[in-house]
Amino acid sequence: MSQDLILDAHNLKQHYDVKQGLFQPNAVVKAVDGVSFALAKGKTLAVVGESGCGKSTLGRMLTMIETPTAGELNFIGQDLLSLSKDQQKQLRQKIQIIFQNPYGSLNPRKKIGAILEEPLVINTSMGKAERKAKALAMMAKVGLKTEHYDRYPHMFSGGQRQRIAIARGLMLDPEVIVADEPVSALDVSVQAQVLNLMMDLQQEFGLSYVFISHDLSVVEHIADDVMVMYLGKVVEHGSCEEVFTQPKHPYTQALLSSTPQLSADKRRQRIKLEGELPSPLNPPDGCAFHGRCQYANDRCRIETPALRCQANQHLIACHAVEEERLTPYDGAA
Amino acid sequence: MSLLTLENLSVTFGKFRAVDNISYSVKEGEVLGIVGESGSGKSVSSLSVMGLIDYPGEVSADNLSFADQDLLSMPEKQRRKITGSDIAMIFQDPMTSLNPCFTVGYQIIEALKTHDGGNKKVLRARALELLNLVGIPAPESRMNAYPHQLSGGMSQRVMIAIAIACNPKLLIADEPTTALDVTIQAQIIDLLIDLQKQKQMGLVLITHDLALVAEVAHRVVVMYAGQIVESGPANEVFSTPRHPYTQALLASLPESASGKARLEALPGVVPGQYDRPQGCLLSPRCPYATDHCRHVAPDSQGSLERQVKCHTPLDAQGRPAA
Repeated sequence: MSQDLILDAHNLKQHYDVKQGLFQPNAVVKAVDGVSFALAKGKTLAVVGESGCGKSTLGRMLTMIETPTAGELNFIGQDLLSLSKDQQKQLRQKIQIIFQNPYGSLNPRKKIGAILEEPLVINTSMGKAERKAKALAMMAKVGLKTEHYDRYPHMFSGGQRQRIAIARGLMLDPEVIVADEPVSALDVSVQAQVLNLMMDLQQEFGLSYVFISHDLSVVEHIADDVMVMYLGKVVEHGSCEEVFTQPKHPYTQALLSSTPQLSADKRRQRIKLEGELPSPLNPPDGCAFHGRCQYANDRCRIETPALRCQANQHLIACHAVEEERLTPYDGAA
Repeated sequence: MSLLTLENLSVTFGKFRAVDNISYSVKEGEVLGIVGESGSGKSVSSLSVMGLIDYPGEVSADNLSFADQDLLSMPEKQRRKITGSDIAMIFQDPMTSLNPCFTVGYQIIEALKTHDGGNKKVLRARALELLNLVGIPAPESRMNAYPHQLSGGMSQRVMIAIAIACNPKLLIADEPTTALDVTIQAQIIDLLIDLQKQKQMGLVLITHDLALVAEVAHRVVVMYAGQIVESGPANEVFSTPRHPYTQALLASLPESASGKARLEALPGVVPGQYDRPQGCLLSPRCPYATDHCRHVAPDSQGSLERQVKCHTPLDAQGRPAA
């Protein structure tokens, strides 16, 4: 992973203060609590987890929509957080985001042309004709027709809107695209079209993706590396193949086993998880997962497990894995 | 015995046919999965069974009967007795389908009071029993909780409690887990299937998640643009699809593709209200479409057990018949 590192984060944190009441002290929500990763050029890192685990907050920090509370974020060796405003603005162009809901992320009052050209108006000194030419070229790349230039977002279907959002993200020739659940609002047949488009564009422009999703079958298809998050922390991080064939962390195993499978022979034995994600306002002591984990013991309830490399750059944060208390998981039903 | 029978049911909104001549039946103790993309009419068809289609929508059918009672011709009063007690429905979004102004207990008791009656004490005890049944921890304290105090999974459990309050014979679940996370989805589906087995209910599971249906349903109905394109036993439909749409839908799932290959996407989108094509509705997107398909709409072939609406249904190898 050392070659062509494009984006790497160290111990990234985002804490929010939450007002509890007039005379109560503010509570702290640790939305993201110490996330580290490295993304190589042309690769896809998938971030998976249930709602509330901090995966979208992570995406917002990477694109510098939000400033992290603590941590280090490097883009090709430059620390993004210590730069001046102007330098940040320059580098921000290189990391773009695609949002989940294509119905909400496009301004209904603007034509597609204006939506696509807006990043160029703000960030470059291109002339009008130049901008239009670039917008039209990008529209062709994502499979939109020339006549769509003068249309409004409501005239498009969900899949086409997501294409527009992707085109907008690519207008400034970024190196990294943070895709926050780009296909979860789409139907299956359209989802396949958009995933194909994203893979084609990755090849053509050598893009790196941070792909945030809760749909594991999509992630398995598109990702090179997978990072599983639970309550603001990374619990497992490894190559896509390893995480999917040999999941080590009990949460990853449960997550994989609860995903419905089409073919009977791919189905895994269902690991039943009791309860729900604990409130981030009041996280449990020790391992955040211990309340739902079948392997939890006293150590798990007190001591927070650290993310440790188990084998072959496969990182896991679990006491039970370290102590080899886990019953081997063969994945077969 | 057939619990619910639909024959040539159509739902029209003005000139637009949201549901177009569909027929299926559900037996006691059977899980029927209805799959399709958005806009395929799967929700509207189930709303019409519940009698929830309002003006300007119109429901017409050759036969719409529940346990041999004709639902369309019976007086409104009688029908309302059946819906909600014998046929119950769970809606997609648990957060918005519960009334935010009333406590959870009140909303469960409301359903019981309307259909069964009884005094306060009995009703409350039954409501507690239901909350227990759907696996809500500390039901006594949850009785007085308002919907906003519950998580999505808990709200959906409350919705299920309301739906099964009067021991329905048929439960229609419209995307019951779409708004939930996978681990919670697994919990809710397990709960639904357990209840269904316990009470020998008929269960209609409407979803766009093909894998979910493949795991739990006995029979499947595949809908496209308001029509049933294929139906049959779940394992048969998924292993040897006979309609090109089903085949394409299965092929477009990421799990059908090996490695990082491109997905086999079906080009185009579901036709909307104003751009319904002539002939077979799938013809503009179908790889096997002929001129005949583009001009003449196909009829459903085969028995009600295994129907397919195509001029050239696919054979076991997935190729169209000549």
